[in-house]
Amino acid sequence: MIRAEHITKSFDGRTVLDDISVEFRTGCTNLIIGRSGSGKTVLLKTLVGLHEPDSGAVWYDDRNFTALGFRERKAIRKDIGMIFQGGALLDSSTVEENIKLPLDLFTDQPEAEKRERVDFCLHRVRLEKANRLYPAELSGGMIKRVAIARAIVLNPRYLFCDEPNSGLDPQTSIVIDNLIHEITQEYHITTIINTHDMNSVMEIGEQIVYIHEGRKGWEGTKEEILHAENKALNDFVFASAMAKRAREW
Amino acid sequence: MLRIFELIGRYFILMGKVFSRPEKAVIYRRRILYEMEAIGLDSVGLTAIISIFIGAVITLQMCINLESPFVPESMIGYATRETMILEFSSTVVALILSGKVGSSIASEIGTMRITEQIDALEIMGVNSASYLILPKIVAAVCFFPLLTILSIGIGIVGGYLIAVATDIMIPSNYVDGILVDFKSYSIVYSLIKSAVFAYIITSVSAFFGYYAKGNSLEVGRASTRAVVVGSVVIMIFNLILTQLLLI
Ligand SMILES: Nc1ncnc2c1ncn2[C@@H]1O[C@H](COP(=O)(O)OP(=O)(O)OP(=O)(O)O)[C@@H](O)[C@H]1O
Ligand SMILES: [Mg+2]
Repeated sequence: MIRAEHITKSFDGRTVLDDISVEFRTGCTNLIIGRSGSGKTVLLKTLVGLHEPDSGAVWYDDRNFTALGFRERKAIRKDIGMIFQGGALLDSSTVEENIKLPLDLFTDQPEAEKRERVDFCLHRVRLEKANRLYPAELSGGMIKRVAIARAIVLNPRYLFCDEPNSGLDPQTSIVIDNLIHEITQEYHITTIINTHDMNSVMEIGEQIVYIHEGRKGWEGTKEEILHAENKALNDFVFASAMAKRAREW
Repeated sequence: MLRIFELIGRYFILMGKVFSRPEKAVIYRRRILYEMEAIGLDSVGLTAIISIFIGAVITLQMCINLESPFVPESMIGYATRETMILEFSSTVVALILSGKVGSSIASEIGTMRITEQIDALEIMGVNSASYLILPKIVAAVCFFPLLTILSIGIGIVGGYLIAVATDIMIPSNYVDGILVDFKSYSIVYSLIKSAVFAYIITSVSAFFGYYAKGNSLEVGRASTRAVVVGSVVIMIFNLILTQLLLI
């Protein structure tokens, strides 16, 4: 479980997050949705400590993350996997080195064992035989999958995904969504996903938070979202024609 | 003015992070070797080419300027050697490499910043400043003195070659000149300077890259700024070190 309590964050006097409180459940895919620029990425980065909140606190289960020092945070970070909006693979390292890095840093496993684990994770994201390639040689979808592999290599308890399927074709998107969903259930992870894709919402949205201009606008499940009484949310949800039709059925 | 102090403050905070306890020695060793190749070996060619030409040009100019019956011709070899050791091979090479190495470090780290690669490292619990910057500093500080030695040697050879190739002076006088009154302390001075300049180039350019934000335009700007500031700081320290070590 990850809980945000009254998170506020501003940059140069401009408020980007305004008093956000929300609880993300373990073992299910929690979605943060909202328009571009609404503050999803900032919220996610505040949850993992890449941004410090101006006020409020973030709890990882029973630990107050915001109050922890560098060393204690580092202990929690071993349990965190994150997939960044652009993949954020290290350009100067191969796919294998990218995925192996957390193992190099945090484990004393022999090389062969690490290699095996890397292969397992690559297999898990259905990307065999890409070990020797560099990020520049991968397609967008492959980058996302390598990023997922890297994020799960240490068996994280918390998984953060910033728009895992933006820029991908609809089929690949669904594959990636389902992959994350599968992993979440299989390993009982607390997964938080940023997205503005309604397809993802209908596919894997077990719990959904809607962010509107830095505030929490709505919260619920994918069954409820089509019938929510919230003008801004409705505009967001029914921006696509398909979703509109879904409501009429 | 306030901004300069803020910048210097942030620079030292970053250096504090860079020199805090490293994560795992094995990983650092691998990265240092990699950076030695990227920063050091890749600069050998440029250093060699520039040094051989400069050595030749210095010799030619000395020939023209010292043309007098009262100055022995061997002075030309001596002057070329001293110029290479005292100033050219440490300072000028450092300035040139600050363009080559400095801009590449700033843009590499800057790109890592804006594409969230640095965030990704931080999430893994890695001290990104130390992981990315320390190997570069170590590699450069170890390798630049070697480049300086190389440059001194090749520069002196350049002077000899021009003496052989033209009839501007007698080559054996040049050889006599470079053997005259050799002080090994000059070499020490030159090596100290080049190690300090190596540190300045890598740390300053890494600093500008590390705090880049925005888009690729900003990364370009950061790398320009890294080269400009790096060069100025090198000149300032050139003055300070000369004052401290030679006077
Ligand atoms: N480091 C920063 N410094 C200043 N302002 C920032 C910073 N990061 C984000 N912002 C601002 O915060 C706001 C929210 O940005 P954020 O990246 O969270 O949007 P988003 O919801 O993730 O959008 P998208 O769907 O396009 O990724 C934007 O207006 C942005 O300009
Ligand atoms: Mg975003």
